[in-house]
Amino acid sequence: MKKWRCEVCGYIYDPAVGDTEHGIKPGTDFESLPDDWTCPDCGVGKDQFKPL
Amino acid sequence: MFQLKEGVYWAGYIDWNLRNFHGYSTPSGSTYNSYLIVDEKPTLIDAVKHYGFEENLARIKEIIDPAKIRYIISNHTEMDHSGTIDKLLKYCPNAEVVCSPKGAEELKKHFKSNWKFKVVNTGDVLDIGKRKLSFLLMPMVHWPDSMATYSSEDKILFPNDAFGQHYASSERYADQVGLDTVWLEAAKYYANIVLPYGSQVLKVLEAAAKLDFDCIAPSHGLIWRRKQDIEKILSLYKRWASHETDNRVTIVYDTMWKSTEMMANKLFQGLDMANIPVKLMNLQVSQLADIVTEIMYSKFVFFGTPILNNRMLPTMASLLMYIKGLKTKNRYAFTFGSYGWATVGFKEFEESIKEAGFELLREGCYLNFVPEEEELNKLQDVIALVKGKIG
Repeated sequence: MKKWRCEVCGYIYDPAVGDTEHGIKPGTDFESLPDDWTCPDCGVGKDQFKPL
Repeated sequence: MFQLKEGVYWAGYIDWNLRNFHGYSTPSGSTYNSYLIVDEKPTLIDAVKHYGFEENLARIKEIIDPAKIRYIISNHTEMDHSGTIDKLLKYCPNAEVVCSPKGAEELKKHFKSNWKFKVVNTGDVLDIGKRKLSFLLMPMVHWPDSMATYSSEDKILFPNDAFGQHYASSERYADQVGLDTVWLEAAKYYANIVLPYGSQVLKVLEAAAKLDFDCIAPSHGLIWRRKQDIEKILSLYKRWASHETDNRVTIVYDTMWKSTEMMANKLFQGLDMANIPVKLMNLQVSQLADIVTEIMYSKFVFFGTPILNNRMLPTMASLLMYIKGLKTKNRYAFTFGSYGWATVGFKEFEESIKEAGFELLREGCYLNFVPEEEELNKLQDVIALVKGKIG
């Protein structure tokens, strides 16, 4: 599964880790994240992410 | 004219009258630090807030003719540092604006103009003559564009807002003024400006550890130069970024007819008797910026509110909204309050506290109208729980 990088702040979404603080389980790929999921660091939407 | 090191000058603006920085109370005023490096290609690091322009320019003119400035480094777009760059460029027609990629985007949006930009990334080197300046991007410490400039020749780190304090003084070094106040202002600055970005701060500290510097020159307040002060501010940042806390309690409350205050006082007495350090803060008279500074240090926070129109008081809601944004972690909370006929508002109160990242020590204690002594005694349980957590 691909990692995605936030173009605004550089946060990297790693599907292996997920975002458990916001209810995203490890193993969730980026495409499966809810549409309203936002960058845990800076708060921008999924559209600001690019695959690595 | 104030020289930090041979050829490196402070040319900033002292804001004696600042008492409120976008909602953050600043009883000691502040400074906007602008640094001028005189080399073959004279370079200014950061400008100042709009009303400090004349003072900034006058200080530059004392040192050199501004037309000689070749680079204006904008470490951070926020208007208290870049707000005068447009005016300054009229006096510095030969200057290029050096900033991070995000900085260039943001400056264009703020100033609607296309300056001569020189965009830099981490590790890039700017040759200004004898000195080779380098850059360290620090995204979200505390905006996406934030960066630090480093002069290896002078052994100075210019980390912009990081390690700053809102403190106005004629002295420029932290060790020249009452240090306790400086540490308090540094803590308050971290709590109000940097707290949400702990993981990014840790990355910056790691990168900074590889640099050799004996001076930290931030964009607000005093400059750190003594070895012990530099070590202390770096270790405090590490501690705060890791959300480490002290075994102490902050009781923060508001009250309508003194019932919630009675509960707050009872909790205070119990904790004090148990020799647990505790601070009592009434929302009516305490500034949010001071409350969150206390919370940053405290492992335990007790929140108290009466119910108004089936809700918590707006002062408490305002505090909780602020804390939510600051992303506090690793802290325990206890809720208490007084109500007249319905307890429904306490549910929302507890939910807000959990959303703000706190773990509730136990169910809240909510008492009807004016509490009886035996009802107040129920609050003793929670003191035992705190003792248990402290170990």
